[in-house]
Amino acid sequence: MATLPVSRLETIQRFGPHLSYPAGMRLDTAEDPDKVVKTHCCFCGQQCGIQLKVKDNVVIGFEPWEEFPFNQGMLCPKGVRRYLQGAHPDRLTTAYRRDANAAGGFSPMPYDAAVRRVAEEIDRIQSTHGADAFAVLSGASLTTEKTYLMGKFARMCLRTANIDYNGRLCMVSAGAANKKAFGIDRSANPWSDIPKAEVVLIAGSNVAECSPITTNYVWQARENGAKVIVVDPRITPIARTCDLFLPVKPGRDVALFNGILHLMIENGWIDQRFIEQFAVGFDAVAEHVRQWTPRQTAEVTGITESAIRQAAEWWGQAKSSFLMHARGIEHHSHGVYNVLSTINIVLASGRIGREGCGYATITGQANGQGGREHGQKCDQLPGLRDIENPEHRAYIAKIWGISPDDLPGKGVDAYEIFRKIDRGEIRGLLSICFNPKVSLPDNNFIGRMLDKLDFYVAIDFFLSESAHQADIVLPGSLQEEDEGVVTSAEGRVIKINKCVDPPGEAQQDWRIIQDIAAGLGRSRGFTFNEPREIFDELRRASAGGIADYAGITYEKVERQLGVFWPCPMDDHPGTPRLFEHGSWNPVALGRGPFYFPDGKARFNVATYTPPAEDVDADYPLMLTTGRVVSHFLSGAQTRRIGPLVDQYPEPRLELHPQLAEQLSIRDGDWATVESRRGSCTLRAQVVRTIRPDTVFVPYHWAGAKSINQVTIAAQDPISKIPEYKVCAVRVRREASPPAYAQQLEPQQ
Amino acid sequence: MPVPENHEFFIDPGRCIGCQACVHACSECDTHRGHSMIHLDFVDRALTTQTVPVICMHCDSPTCAEVCPADAIKRSEDGVVQTARKPRCIACNNCVLACPFGVPKMKADFELMMKCDMCYDRTSVGKKPMCATVCPSGALYFGTRDQIESLRRAATPINQFRFGEQLIHTKVHMMVPKSRGREIVDVAAALFEAPVGQDMSLNILQ
Repeated sequence: MATLPVSRLETIQRFGPHLSYPAGMRLDTAEDPDKVVKTHCCFCGQQCGIQLKVKDNVVIGFEPWEEFPFNQGMLCPKGVRRYLQGAHPDRLTTAYRRDANAAGGFSPMPYDAAVRRVAEEIDRIQSTHGADAFAVLSGASLTTEKTYLMGKFARMCLRTANIDYNGRLCMVSAGAANKKAFGIDRSANPWSDIPKAEVVLIAGSNVAECSPITTNYVWQARENGAKVIVVDPRITPIARTCDLFLPVKPGRDVALFNGILHLMIENGWIDQRFIEQFAVGFDAVAEHVRQWTPRQTAEVTGITESAIRQAAEWWGQAKSSFLMHARGIEHHSHGVYNVLSTINIVLASGRIGREGCGYATITGQANGQGGREHGQKCDQLPGLRDIENPEHRAYIAKIWGISPDDLPGKGVDAYEIFRKIDRGEIRGLLSICFNPKVSLPDNNFIGRMLDKLDFYVAIDFFLSESAHQADIVLPGSLQEEDEGVVTSAEGRVIKINKCVDPPGEAQQDWRIIQDIAAGLGRSRGFTFNEPREIFDELRRASAGGIADYAGITYEKVERQLGVFWPCPMDDHPGTPRLFEHGSWNPVALGRGPFYFPDGKARFNVATYTPPAEDVDADYPLMLTTGRVVSHFLSGAQTRRIGPLVDQYPEPRLELHPQLAEQLSIRDGDWATVESRRGSCTLRAQVVRTIRPDTVFVPYHWAGAKSINQVTIAAQDPISKIPEYKVCAVRVRREASPPAYAQQLEPQQ
Repeated sequence: MPVPENHEFFIDPGRCIGCQACVHACSECDTHRGHSMIHLDFVDRALTTQTVPVICMHCDSPTCAEVCPADAIKRSEDGVVQTARKPRCIACNNCVLACPFGVPKMKADFELMMKCDMCYDRTSVGKKPMCATVCPSGALYFGTRDQIESLRRAATPINQFRFGEQLIHTKVHMMVPKSRGREIVDVAAALFEAPVGQDMSLNILQ
């Protein structure tokens, strides 16, 4: 049983989210530090360098790290305040078991006893229902060492096929499309190429709020004379002063990029030589986009014909360019096609693999890149290897000292794991670094599925909303309590350095996993003494794969301030820019720049289909969701940091004044947004910066404030990413506040 | 060693993204922890995402000091206008009302006017001011004139501001588009300008 042990309110009262502040509330952060540690921010995929000040085993502040080349001391508000998550009153410092009689529904228990209980439950479920009846959900904010260990733990120790991770909600559309088009899943260029581009095209990325440091690169391109084109249904801060704003109707990105390609071909704005020499499949794509005339494109995308023509002209005639996209085009039931349609206009231009000619997806999570390379994805083994490829299986089985026959096959994606719980096929769950009850779409379903489990163990440093339903909670580690590498959005492998020890009985996550393996009596392969030993095995496991880390060492990372993979040998400097002549490519072996046996990139026909749930008379508006600058993902960390909550306390419903007038909603009114799945009552914010047919709500909050009660669980058939960015809703004004307004603080 | 004299502060509002990293970083300062000296203004959120960061402009003849009845506000030799001297400040609020840029803050708890002193603690030991170090968009920049001019070719630094009859020279510079071709920013006139930026109705198919 995994239902809530007591009311949600009682759990919140005991375990938070409560707020921490720098002064007066908690600790004196004004003291001289014992040491200052060079490391990186714990939040997004930019992985800004930062120095953390440490006093008496507590992180008490920060100092910019100006020597780190990516951000040169720059930080966003999350980076400035990230230190306030340490020594937090909500921090879990002991193991807990669910106990309806205890304050908050959980009573502390000794760590060793908790691990024993977890091992017993895993054993009981797997011996009764089979190995696959126990599932693992992992996360992409963990260090690469931990993500490697999670994959190994699931396959080798638990022998379950069912492991997946929260990159499923983040990077998989870009990853799948990149593999289809380029044969490799990594940003093609370092960010230093952005300011060298004549045209910067940003599709579906609220750069200024979700990856603020990238702003400086875009602005620098503009100072150098670049045209900036932004595709978004909202005028985000990066869109406000762009040269061309394309206010796309949510879910119509394929149509836009097919329409741009149509005009490029019509006007001869393509690189015929590049296409013939370095790509295949162009003719089929050219034939397909013939139907995407400017008029047809305008009708589907909701953008004027003249703006589409302007975009095609600038993009088509540029000598250098950088195209970047993020979740805005990826979070769709056709997210892979959206990405492929952008790659088609990059390939047709021939502008890739050179200085100032770039393409990248902007990774979301801290280790969104590294976390998707080394085997915690349901279909993948370390080194970006394929779990269904017999050679790949044999290679990894040999590293792990097992027979390839004992290696499970492909599992299911993170959302399908919950459907399997519904069908009774999965009975037990271990989660780490994942808060599915907030972050997955249609999350009332997720709550019910957690209820259905026979046993649920969550590894967490704060009691996340998902962990509210756990049977056992094991106290894990904060980023600053461990060391290891992560790979940033650029593909740069960097080093997280340990600042403090975990408090109380809290443990470094990899130790918890090894302790569970020991509890199961299957310690072989799980006796690492430090992250460096895990990394050394990971280097061997990745060797010869596409994501080749064999030549990367902690020392080299520190010396070079990061190493771009692939880096196959000790004397190899790494590969900042992919697809350059002569750069490391173990697949093409000199036959061409791309990661296919013939060295050629693939054009892919990107077929337009409307969103899974289009608007109709009952649900006439489109809902799109996203982030705000002062919060991160499910908010488990940022909703506990006082100054970040003060900046944006509660979710608001953004809508255009035209729509607001129709609905008789004024700024600040309570309004309910409702879909076929659920509803959410929030305060309205009336702004001219959004399409009048679309409403926006950020997703960082839980419970009654969670917009993921409303979103749809439609998924892309290839990547399995959920369609967070568009579903059909209706909106109405509320005369009185919702019940939570009286009971809960803003962050709760 | 303090930062060299040719390092100056430049505000480039066209780059501001409203993230408030500057506001947060300022309030982490050891000398005024929990209190940010930076104002981050939303021009009109109903219309636009445009925002403007306001730090002290450090006037050559600071109006705040001129109106202070207690002579509590001092300007250092290198032109930094400082927070009021605690023993002298009578918390009368004159400076808050008089400053044309709206910079000083009256901290009633301490009965003291506090304001940006351009991170004297940092610049005196060779570091850049904190806000200009963390700003992720380059809207706040600290460096030499050569550096800013090579980085920002389309803009020019201006440090003369007109408020009605009052002309003010400041230590801090504002980056103004070269296309505007002016040497003085007429702040009073700018109050009546519409927000700058993309318009949702422009490229939307009706």
